[in-house]
Amino acid sequence: MSDAIISVRDLHKWYSGVHALKGVTLDFKRGEALGLVGDNGAGKSTLINILSGVHRADHGEIKVEGKAVSIATPRDAMDLGIETIYQYNSMVPTMSIARNLFIGREPTRFSVLGVGILDQKKMAEESVRAIANVDLHLRSPDALVGELSGGQRQGVAIARAMHFKSKVMILDEPTNHLSVKETNKVIGFVRGLKEQGVTGVFISHNMHHVFECCDRIVAMARGEIVLDKRIGDTSIDEVHGVL
Amino acid sequence: MKRLFKTYLEKPELAGLILLVLLIILFQVRSHGVFLNADNLRGILGILPEAGLVAIGVTILMISGEFDLSVGSVFALMPMTMAVLMVHGWPFPLALLAGLLVSAAIGFINGYITIRFAIPSFITTLGMLFMARSLTVVVSGGFPPLLPADLPNWLFTSFVGPGNMFRMSFLWFAAIAVLTSLMLSRTNFGNWIKATGGFMPAAAAMGIPTARVKIVCFMLCSVLSGFAGMLQVLRLGSPLPSIGEGMELQAVASAVIGGASLLGGIGTVMGGIIGTTLIRVIDNGLVLSHVDANWFKFAIGFLTIFAVVANAWMRKRAKAIKMEG
Repeated sequence: MSDAIISVRDLHKWYSGVHALKGVTLDFKRGEALGLVGDNGAGKSTLINILSGVHRADHGEIKVEGKAVSIATPRDAMDLGIETIYQYNSMVPTMSIARNLFIGREPTRFSVLGVGILDQKKMAEESVRAIANVDLHLRSPDALVGELSGGQRQGVAIARAMHFKSKVMILDEPTNHLSVKETNKVIGFVRGLKEQGVTGVFISHNMHHVFECCDRIVAMARGEIVLDKRIGDTSIDEVHGVL
Repeated sequence: MKRLFKTYLEKPELAGLILLVLLIILFQVRSHGVFLNADNLRGILGILPEAGLVAIGVTILMISGEFDLSVGSVFALMPMTMAVLMVHGWPFPLALLAGLLVSAAIGFINGYITIRFAIPSFITTLGMLFMARSLTVVVSGGFPPLLPADLPNWLFTSFVGPGNMFRMSFLWFAAIAVLTSLMLSRTNFGNWIKATGGFMPAAAAMGIPTARVKIVCFMLCSVLSGFAGMLQVLRLGSPLPSIGEGMELQAVASAVIGGASLLGGIGTVMGGIIGTTLIRVIDNGLVLSHVDANWFKFAIGFLTIFAVVANAWMRKRAKAIKMEG
């Protein structure tokens, strides 16, 4: 499968005796929007946590663009171009948009042992561009993230991932706790990923949201993949049936 | 209202600053002009660096989301370590280095235990408060050692500047204040501190080594406290094992009066300094205004509660604003 950007083979994970992931094999194809659905405890969060460097698999292989990789920390995942946007929000509310965009990857004018003076001009300029690129209209990059609505925050998180040229964007329940209008905005962001050639992995409880913005749907139950079909070849009823 | 919230989050020390100016005016009037005269100012500025440096460390640590109750004990242990070593013939620079290393080690232990065992830093550093104080008395053998006569007081405690207004310690304090303030606002490390204290899950998810960031803040806090203790010992001329008692709570009061949030993420070095100055000004101003000096602790206590209530209220307002938006 040459068009797979991430392939996982026979991934297993045990949590203190519980077999949470039972040999998952899956290809994430370049530029597709993949919907990952399943009940609580089905293993989707475990799979995502392994890909984003939060946990490590006990067994199995992960390849990114054909190369076997080891993802030990969130930073490793980001360096491979895998960016994760969590439902609890990956923003610090007490900090400005510009500062949030560059957390952990701040441009510095010079640095010693990784610590250096921030290039604030560059941060301001690039954050304005990054926000505009995802069609998010915000007054100023100096606004605090705490002032933004839930949907706007997800927008900033997506802008951040785009800015750092991520190849795969994992959105973990991004529409939780959002109003209908805000949800539509986020679904719009996910659709927009495709045009930019970014692979989107959209995790949701809400089947309607998944069917609205994804090309392919993968359903998980009890640590295994139970369904993997193009959106056109399946229906909400069928997916509900296997879960 | 939105404006006010934003100003408050950007400049949480603003309220403290306004209060400071008002109190200075009040004391100046009540003391019939004695408060702001050169002699009195020299007195205040001479001791401000000691509490101020401790407050800087505690404030930065608080911004990173942690807490240190052991600063007062480190304040005593560091100069005691130096004094004992100098009695055994160590030269001043080496003793200074050893004292700073002991302080850094205590900060490291505080941070490592807090993070490794995921316990509240309140408990870790409360334990350290007793342990470091005990060590101070033990190493002194019960009798404060005599300091050698040839100490570099010119570098730390001598009066300098126009009208001999400042002690050298004030210059150290000013330089450290500027450096730490720049670190917090202008470097990527400062960004990590604020992110770690502001919302740790997000900071960790973005690849910030939050444990290391916190441990560095613990170490910085201890080193600044130890250094401040040395300044006091050089000023007093004797390493008493009891110095710095109660200082931990005054430092916390300074930080929160200066707008730092106990929950982390919010605060400035300047705020910690304003908080310390406010406490020193109240201490001094009450005496000059012929008010019973025993009201001092009452005033500090009242101010601390007032500051935190005001903070909580602002945060609640901020939440309400987000709902509307």
